[in-house]
Amino acid sequence: MAPDTRTISLTVNGQPHVAQVEPRRLLVDFLREDLGLTGTHIGCEHGVCGTCTVLLNGASIRSCITLAVQADGASIDTVEGLAQGGEMHPLQDEFSEKQGLQCGYCTPGMLMRACEILAQNPDPTAAQVREAIASNLCRCTGYQFIIEAVIAAAARMRATQEVAP
Amino acid sequence: MTAAQPATGRTGSGAPPVRDHSAKRRWVGQSIRRVEDPKFLLGRGGYIADRITPDTLHAAVLRSPHPHARIARFETAAALAAPGVHAVITGAEAAELCDPMPDFGPDPAKHTWRCLAADKVRYVGEGVAVVVADSRYLAEDALELIEVEYEPLPAITDPERALDAGSPLVHEALESNCAYERSFDFGDVERDFAEAEVVVRDRLRWHRSGGQPLETVGAIAEYDLGTGSFTIDTNTLSFTSYLFMAAATLKVPVNKLDIRPVPAGGSFGSKLFANKPAVIAGMCARKTGRKVAYLEDRADNISNCDHHGSDRVYDVELAMMRDGTMRGIKIDVIDDYGAYIQFGVGHHGNALAQVVGPYTIGSVRYRVRAALTNKNQQGAYRGFGSEVNNWMLEQMVDKAARELGLDPVAIRRMNFIRDFPHFIPTGNVYDSGDYERVLDHALDLAGYGHWRDEQRRLREQEGRYIGVGVITAQERSVFSATEFWFWFDEPGAPVTSTPESVSLKVDATGGITAILYSCAFWGNSPETMVAQLVAEEFDCSPYDVSVVYHGSRDGLPATGPGGSRTTVMLAGAVEGASAKIKEKARRAAAHLLEIGPDDLEWADGGFRVRGDPERKKALGEIAIMLHLFKHSFPEDMESGLDASKVFDHPYTTMPSADRKDLGVFYPFVGHACHVPVVEVDIETGLVTFLHYAAVHDCGTLVNPRSLAGHIVGGTAQGIGTALYEEFVYDEDGQLLSSSFMDYLIPTAMEVPELTIGHVETPSPYTPHGIKGGGEGGRMMAPAAINAAVNDALAPLGVRLTELPMTPERILAALRAAGHAG
Repeated sequence: MAPDTRTISLTVNGQPHVAQVEPRRLLVDFLREDLGLTGTHIGCEHGVCGTCTVLLNGASIRSCITLAVQADGASIDTVEGLAQGGEMHPLQDEFSEKQGLQCGYCTPGMLMRACEILAQNPDPTAAQVREAIASNLCRCTGYQFIIEAVIAAAARMRATQEVAP
Repeated sequence: MTAAQPATGRTGSGAPPVRDHSAKRRWVGQSIRRVEDPKFLLGRGGYIADRITPDTLHAAVLRSPHPHARIARFETAAALAAPGVHAVITGAEAAELCDPMPDFGPDPAKHTWRCLAADKVRYVGEGVAVVVADSRYLAEDALELIEVEYEPLPAITDPERALDAGSPLVHEALESNCAYERSFDFGDVERDFAEAEVVVRDRLRWHRSGGQPLETVGAIAEYDLGTGSFTIDTNTLSFTSYLFMAAATLKVPVNKLDIRPVPAGGSFGSKLFANKPAVIAGMCARKTGRKVAYLEDRADNISNCDHHGSDRVYDVELAMMRDGTMRGIKIDVIDDYGAYIQFGVGHHGNALAQVVGPYTIGSVRYRVRAALTNKNQQGAYRGFGSEVNNWMLEQMVDKAARELGLDPVAIRRMNFIRDFPHFIPTGNVYDSGDYERVLDHALDLAGYGHWRDEQRRLREQEGRYIGVGVITAQERSVFSATEFWFWFDEPGAPVTSTPESVSLKVDATGGITAILYSCAFWGNSPETMVAQLVAEEFDCSPYDVSVVYHGSRDGLPATGPGGSRTTVMLAGAVEGASAKIKEKARRAAAHLLEIGPDDLEWADGGFRVRGDPERKKALGEIAIMLHLFKHSFPEDMESGLDASKVFDHPYTTMPSADRKDLGVFYPFVGHACHVPVVEVDIETGLVTFLHYAAVHDCGTLVNPRSLAGHIVGGTAQGIGTALYEEFVYDEDGQLLSSSFMDYLIPTAMEVPELTIGHVETPSPYTPHGIKGGGEGGRMMAPAAINAAVNDALAPLGVRLTELPMTPERILAALRAAGHAG
């Protein structure tokens, strides 16, 4: 018996995709297994840790408790879309500079959440970043260098936007 | 033999030569960016789950809902007939396919541990069957079709009651729930207690928590019927010197098993020697003839991981003089090991490495009883039992200060060990240290005087309860395996070899590749450490060093991370391999420059003639000659430029036969002082941080920012242990905290910003004077936070003696002291 499937159309990191998926298929499995985008990781599988965070139409979601069919018609951004033209995104670069990662497993989710935070507030205080990233667990760093990295990236991103035409 | 003249150790026999660390260093000590990080930042980490290919089958494990029950009957036909299912293996069948899991405990045949429970289950979550299917979805579908008939048995979850006669037996063959009991005396305990003016007593309770990395344990196995060999990729690689035991479990010759390291998304000890997933994947691969992935889900990793942390009940007596001098200590500890005991009581061997902390305590009685209960078994969690000892000892010191009316800082200062190397009563050595400097630096960073003033002011003016914790404690590093077996008079395997190996290959252009053997990346930074150490040796950029991880079968001996050993051991291996390469390069350069080898010196990435620095050969110039022009050299010189070093533990000595002296087994001993400032809300029991200062001395720093990251991260885990995290089993044996909804890992809002300081007291015995530092934050934070909470509640006469200090426990303690909360 062939499984019941639905057709979904969505954009992932700017690329359009049309796919057949089972209604129960999780978005994270669709991204990782069907599209090969293994940068989005699975942590707790019950929506608490934030490891699987991706952006859906610019807003962070937990892809381990979101069905692929719920992303029909949406635009998804994952960690693979951050670096452009062979250059790391300022957030990636500052995570490296500040050692805002150790094992790297929560990092893609942290980066995507940080993108959302800075899109909402390009000039946050350290306290605001701390509160905002409390959505995502990191078991290695104790968060301190992640917060430093987000603040440093925000400054660079503001400077770039100011000189951009 | 008399106690005054131990066979080994305390005289300093067996100590390696004292090193001179005066050389200038260019790369060691720099906070360079980690070389590992770009791939992780780009989402190309290559973790175990990322390596699943479309032809990989998926395994899922059926877990027991019962804490203790006989398995009466299995019905698997419906599961086997389900769509996409390739195999269903019950525990009984697994017992035919695999031998028991390796076990370092005493009398393993009396508490046999298998990859799946065969005849009865012993804890909620224990695996009873595995399904292999085309996808994880289909495997989990089929799990629901398996019928298991259980005959429930009474469960035991209290470690003290478990030791009572008549308690339900976890393993009938053992005829008791006490898997091990022993009492050691070191030094003259009776004399010290007879001469003591005050004996401080306490009963302390440390509940179980665990590493809980965000990535679970996983393995992908293939069995090649043509060669009869297994290839298993896994993120659990450690103790690879003992992987022959995993081969025995899978019933293959050791040279037919290749375990290949894969980056791990965190471990904190919890992936150390975690071979069960690899065995399950291997068993399924052989059964199906296909590549099979078994990746634990979070429920597996919480309830069936074999890596819960310590779970201890202490009764302690500390013999004191009225002036605050500590004389001796009697420690009586029951440790709840859960249903099996894979590492024996190695956790207590670990604690004995630094049992007296930084203090000149002259004698120790240490009694341990290992209780078996219906819980997931213990494994390793950052600290491996030493962090619990630190907490116990610092609690006792604070209680002594309170009872004697002494200042908690002064009582520590007056008892500090000041001369090094120092042999503690158990026989282990502390190689170097400057505890007073660490303490002073920490008090300064903490603003200690300011917070004492604030504490008084806020209590008097606003009725707020502020506490300042000060703890001074040890971080042993670089274990020798004796800690696992000195418990036994006739040990089965008195191993001391805990080697680590590195090969260095210099290519024809002078580029260097470092090969690590079965040494895992799991958030530590072996590549960065090796790159900085190689750069230091060869005056190249660390970013030009290529680092490769090699599998177990055709690799050199290696032990992998554990006990804060990796950086020190890799440094020794890099140093040894570099020396061999430089020796060959020196001979080659001498030949090319037509001068004697002794007339050359290494400088700026090559050899130059002493007194004539313009006559020189860079490493690349030497390397291309050695790679391509063998016949230009003397007959005995072979082509190429590469070398390996198997670096054995640099300083370990054997225990005495009577075990009055355990020898040296954890010699490179760091130190730290943590000073948290907390506020306790006595209405809600909530603890919040107002400040947190931490100063660590791990010898010479390789990458200060990396070490700082470990301090903050370890402290965050220590905050979890102190305030939030607990695997709670109820009296019936049900696990109440089986998800991250209930098992509370600190978020950014629960972890304060740390003010970090470093002191560097180089080890006299290691390359560059490096000591291990990976566990430090968690070694200290639980003790420090408990001290701070107790300091806050001191005016109310309340002391917390049980971790984690949940709001519930704090309010209960307040109520018990007559303060209605």
